[in-house]
Amino acid sequence: MSDSISPSNRLDTQKNNVDTASTLTAKEREYIVLTQHGLPLIAQPYHWLAEKLQLSVEATLAMTEDLKSRGIIRRIAAVPNHYRLGYKFNGMTVWDVDDAVAQKFGQQVGDLPFVSHCYLRTRHLPYWNYNLFAMIHGKNEHEISQYRIQIKQLLADVLQTHGLKSNDMLTSKKILKKTGLRLKK
Amino acid sequence: MEIDQLTLLDKALINLLQKGLPICENPFQAVAEQLASTEQLVIERLQVMLDSGLLTRFGPMFDAACFGGAFTLAAMEVPEVQFEQVTQIVNSFDQVAHNYHRDHQLNMWFVIGAEQPQEITDVIASIEQQSGITVLNMPKQEEFYVGLYLPV
Repeated sequence: MSDSISPSNRLDTQKNNVDTASTLTAKEREYIVLTQHGLPLIAQPYHWLAEKLQLSVEATLAMTEDLKSRGIIRRIAAVPNHYRLGYKFNGMTVWDVDDAVAQKFGQQVGDLPFVSHCYLRTRHLPYWNYNLFAMIHGKNEHEISQYRIQIKQLLADVLQTHGLKSNDMLTSKKILKKTGLRLKK
Repeated sequence: MEIDQLTLLDKALINLLQKGLPICENPFQAVAEQLASTEQLVIERLQVMLDSGLLTRFGPMFDAACFGGAFTLAAMEVPEVQFEQVTQIVNSFDQVAHNYHRDHQLNMWFVIGAEQPQEITDVIASIEQQSGITVLNMPKQEEFYVGLYLPV
């Protein structure tokens, strides 16, 4: 059965930056409000949605494709609870990378297959000197520490400290909330 | 329901549907055909996994930044004695999409997503006012990759 699944372990995901922002039509906003809690698990979810939106099924499917092509919908997918799937170990690795090369090296870290999220973020000196964030996930501690070492090797020549540490890894003790985006109705 | 109770179909569904559901009139039929199963069984198993919390949600995943909205990551240093109370304050905002307890001096990390950038500023100000604790706002300056794929 698993033979039919794509061998790629990278998701087909839209890379989004703010400069591509587009405004929503009233119907598009309604689309988001109707589906942000999820799609109903019925044979024809877009028929349900079309009825709610008072659009044809064709128009609803076209709107879905359009929202996806604009990156507003990243994908229509199942979101697992990673703890429950055995991925009990995750680490938010954080790095103090020289700003001059942060773009180039950030992209290289983001391209590593075990990195699920990778961003450059604002520093808060003197409390927080890390600008590059890379989330890693694994089924045991050894796995994530190996991943961290690989990132460290990649960044070896461009790490700095601002008088603090050059990198750290924050592991999560507990999920306190996980709901996803909510637009007000 | 735990991971060792997953059927082969369940595992195949988790793997396939993390990547995405096809956009068509009968998407579960399309998935069933790909996995040599039936539409009815696919829907039934997804419902079981959703009800048991193995899947946290199923549907479109939106990026607020693409329609003029904003996301940010924020962190706080919360004294342990206040932890539960501050969790309640932070989680009470609809704009807080995720919140994690992490092992660092900055021990609470949450994502705020909003339709208007101003909402983020307002939520942070309210959390600071209600908790008396500074919120460090760490908006993204650049995104290199977002996609969590966890095969079972």
